[in-house]
Amino acid sequence: MPRKRRELYNKEICACSIFGAMNKDGERFNAAGVMRAIANMHVRGNGLGGGFAAYGIYPQYRDYYAFHLMFNGKTLQSQISAKAEFEQYLNQRFDVVHDEEIPHRPQTQLRDPPLIWRYFASPKKMGEDASLSDDEYVVRTVMQTNSRAEDAYIFSSGMNMGCFKGVGYPEEIGEYFMLDQLYSAYAWTAHGRFPTNTQAWWGGAHPFSLLDTSVVHNGEISSYGTNRWYLEMYGYACTLQTDTEVIAYAADLLLRRQRIPMEIVAKILAPPIWNAIDTMNEKEKKLFTTLRMVYGPLLMNGPFAIIIGQTGRLIGLTDRIRLRPITAATKGEMFYLSSEEASIRLISPELDSVWTPSGGEPVICELNSRRV
Amino acid sequence: MKSFVFPQFQIIRDEAKCGQCRGCERQCAFGTHIYDPVSDRLISDDNKCVGCQRCAIFCPRDAIVIRPTPSFYRPNASWSREKLEDVKKQAETGGVILTGCGNDKPFRIYWDHMVLNASQVTNPSIDPLREPMELRTFLGAKPNLMDFKVKNEEVEIATQLSPNLTVEMPIVFSAMSFGAISYNAFLSLATAASKLGTYFNTGEGGLPREMREKFGKHAIVQVASGRFGIDAEYLNCAAAVEIKVGQGAKPGIGGHLPGEKVSVSVSATRMIPVGTDAISPAPHHDIYSIEDLSMLIHAIKEATNYEKPVSVKIAAVHNFAAIAAGIVHAGADIIAIDGLRGGTGAAPKVIRDNVGIPIELAISSLDRRLRQDGIRNRCSIIAAGGIRCSADVIKAIALGADAAYIGSAALIAMGCNLCQKCYTGKCNWGICTQDPRLAGRLNVDIASQRLINLISAWSHEIQEMLGGMGINALESLRGNRDHLRGVGLYEWELDVLGIKGAGE
Amino acid sequence: MGAVEINADGLQTRDLNDRLRDLMLAGKRKVIIRNVCGQRYIGTRLYSPERHRMEIDIFGTPGNDLAAFLFGHRLVVHGNAQDGVGNTMDDGEIVIEGRAGDVLGFSMRGGTIYVRDGCGYRTALHMKEYEGKKPALVIGGTAQDFLGEYMAGGTVILLDLKGQGHRANFIGSGMHGGTIYLRGSVNRSQVSEQVEISPIDEADRGILDQYVSDFIEKFPDLELIPKEVLKDDFVKLTPRSKRPYSDLYTY
Repeated sequence: MPRKRRELYNKEICACSIFGAMNKDGERFNAAGVMRAIANMHVRGNGLGGGFAAYGIYPQYRDYYAFHLMFNGKTLQSQISAKAEFEQYLNQRFDVVHDEEIPHRPQTQLRDPPLIWRYFASPKKMGEDASLSDDEYVVRTVMQTNSRAEDAYIFSSGMNMGCFKGVGYPEEIGEYFMLDQLYSAYAWTAHGRFPTNTQAWWGGAHPFSLLDTSVVHNGEISSYGTNRWYLEMYGYACTLQTDTEVIAYAADLLLRRQRIPMEIVAKILAPPIWNAIDTMNEKEKKLFTTLRMVYGPLLMNGPFAIIIGQTGRLIGLTDRIRLRPITAATKGEMFYLSSEEASIRLISPELDSVWTPSGGEPVICELNSRRV
Repeated sequence: MKSFVFPQFQIIRDEAKCGQCRGCERQCAFGTHIYDPVSDRLISDDNKCVGCQRCAIFCPRDAIVIRPTPSFYRPNASWSREKLEDVKKQAETGGVILTGCGNDKPFRIYWDHMVLNASQVTNPSIDPLREPMELRTFLGAKPNLMDFKVKNEEVEIATQLSPNLTVEMPIVFSAMSFGAISYNAFLSLATAASKLGTYFNTGEGGLPREMREKFGKHAIVQVASGRFGIDAEYLNCAAAVEIKVGQGAKPGIGGHLPGEKVSVSVSATRMIPVGTDAISPAPHHDIYSIEDLSMLIHAIKEATNYEKPVSVKIAAVHNFAAIAAGIVHAGADIIAIDGLRGGTGAAPKVIRDNVGIPIELAISSLDRRLRQDGIRNRCSIIAAGGIRCSADVIKAIALGADAAYIGSAALIAMGCNLCQKCYTGKCNWGICTQDPRLAGRLNVDIASQRLINLISAWSHEIQEMLGGMGINALESLRGNRDHLRGVGLYEWELDVLGIKGAGE
Repeated sequence: MGAVEINADGLQTRDLNDRLRDLMLAGKRKVIIRNVCGQRYIGTRLYSPERHRMEIDIFGTPGNDLAAFLFGHRLVVHGNAQDGVGNTMDDGEIVIEGRAGDVLGFSMRGGTIYVRDGCGYRTALHMKEYEGKKPALVIGGTAQDFLGEYMAGGTVILLDLKGQGHRANFIGSGMHGGTIYLRGSVNRSQVSEQVEISPIDEADRGILDQYVSDFIEKFPDLELIPKEVLKDDFVKLTPRSKRPYSDLYTY
């Protein structure tokens, strides 16, 4: 019997800056302010990764899945052939109504940008797949593509939203994709990276996303091996060598597949400590004990501050002993999350309220109405 | 007839220090020291000494030194002294050589070839003395997906949960039956388990009636092939029920408690007549195939009204991962795997030393197999067999176990020195004997305190190591092989363990 | 002598601190910095063997580690501050007209910090005192978890002027010196085993009187009267032992 290769993987560490901004009325705005804010935290990164997630940017294709693809081959030729191979696969499974290269500045000091393309598509489920939901079908497509092909990587797969990322300071990435000119979104998240593995690659930057859930993350998940061990049983392939992906997949599993309310999901990812649980009333004690018992392997250990974006809302969360900073603020209908308050003040000098949420307590901002 | 075998131990008495108090004579049940009135001296017979060190430790003047005798034979790498003398013993008696305790042969100890991580710079280590550090864990089946009902902002759990054991630290006392060990030793384990918030395993000797009320809820009771001492009350007073299919020290064969160890109280607990042999057959005679095991598991669940987790204990042997996966499908909530170095009160030495595989490799391959089959949540894994320190416990958890069973370590805490003569019933430390004169030497208060001390010290050490890795809850270490590295291992061993080599 | 103004808009941390140092060495005593937004270590590079002393007014939001290693200067922040204020501060005075972030006064060994509103996690961590140098931290609001962790000396006063209640947990974890005064009360379960909770005595009243008066002076807009603030109950937190972990090890 052939020997099984042990599960080798390299885990990258993420020290960084994160930022999020949302307009609760659903009014859309470009990335200029967010780019200035994240640039203000320049020293928290080292130029080896930056990225943005934007919600509400494709209103004309709002009912189609927007796939953002990266073709990373070393030569243009290999990139093009990876693209051709992917398109063959995609066309079998989806009806593609429009596709194009994601527009970017022609001149840039960014190194080795891959070929980046987007496809607007709807599922073409056949045979056994007909019984799957559209979302599940798309997740499988993403997992298959990303674990199979070396040079093709789906890094955004939601509807009416998209992620933009690469190797460079976040403001450089924003400029490259012209986010301050071409797009208007009601919610933006941004991330600047300081990876400790020097061989950074475009796919390794944040945000990590699956369907419309995107995650930007500051910190290191020391429970990564355990989280991954658990998620792989549910069909999530953890191929991206970065601990942030387990947060995205855990959010997908708990929020979408199990439909658990976000407040409870926060208590799974960052549960209260036993000393606190033991003093709760019977009902709460039973709930929290059960959550820890069943979902223990999804506890995210280690310092983290994350911003999860989904259609219609932004969620900020830190680890249960708040080893990483996060500041929340509001001004009228605008809501902000940031690693440092100064960045918020830069784009909104006056604020109605500013606070630092407690460890393990989620800060959730939702659109006033669900229609955007 | 004179034996051709040299004595194993040499007794050296410092005559200048010896005060002729005859304490050593009283301490030794093997009759090694005898007072000779004619010469007014204590005389010692090396041939009788088993090296348990009781007399040496208790001599008020430290006048006795007991040391293993060197081998007197010409050095021979193949015919070691032990192999040579075993042949002689068998020639002299025609018998199967018995022994006690766990495998003492130099098989590779994988615990000593794995090193742990510590976090620096990118992740702060956590100080367990000042920040919360949680070791509580749950043993039993967990559902894959849970259903929640949300009503008016209140969340309720709709899924029916299987019963689980709550342990305050991932260390449980392993199965040691009353009969194999003394009543006092058994009671010490029960007392310590109840004070620590963990469990003890009754082994196949049953749970004495007078202990059921106070200690039942900390007991994992065993249903073994001899079905000793099992009645409905026994099953229902316990916290969990364990079906013993095999053990690491003697996989594939049964057990035999000689009639001389079946005293009045052993007889009452096991519900067999005094003085009869207590024989545990090799297989359960109602389990000849996996579906029979499934039937037994469900019978026990019925008998206990589905309120207790059912565990199945197997020895780690060659294809055990497939068997274990089958056992999980059969309905077991906990799988206890006992490796090559598991201890016993009595087993044929040739089986103890040659059958079974190391527990480290077993944990890893079982964890991987269950995950591949998508059923890892349906059971907890408890690892047993040669766990010697808190680092071994942590490594077991990082490889994929939920908790560790300790047997030998618990006995050593109570005074055992692993002389391997448990089967004689003459344990001078009062641990593995039914002789009331010897058993009375083990004071339950002191012995249980020693056990509590041991487990508390290990728990602190585990907290320190977890904190060093930047983890503050045990559930974040389970199966987290990223925190282990191998040193001095072959490629295939790294593959089976599922860890990288140090530096990789 | 008039104050010198610096416009920090567009200035990197390094440039801003270069200018501050130049001004100090040139003998300037008062500086006003406007449009501060995230620049770090303001006030840190101002050590001089001649012991120059400056007074710096900051408008905007200073970045992390404000006044780290401060060598006796006086800083006033007209706004909120971020994390690491007064990190290993040696001496001087910091006044913040707003809130402060995490690790406020970390390893502080001298001087005083006044914060008008609340602060974040791990306040006064390993604060220390030695031979006459006794640091103090006076906070108008309340703090979050791990207040006074490892505290070895100095004085921390939380006034909770808005009456929100002290909700921090793990207070005084590892505390082995110094004193924390809380206006109002706190549950035993919020405070570490090693810490004694006791009522205040005459000597404590004297100390509180002093610091509360100073605090009120720094924030005249609050329009507070010392007697009003001091009439309420205070509790005092002190360590039970200088060697909280002596029993832990075996040799």
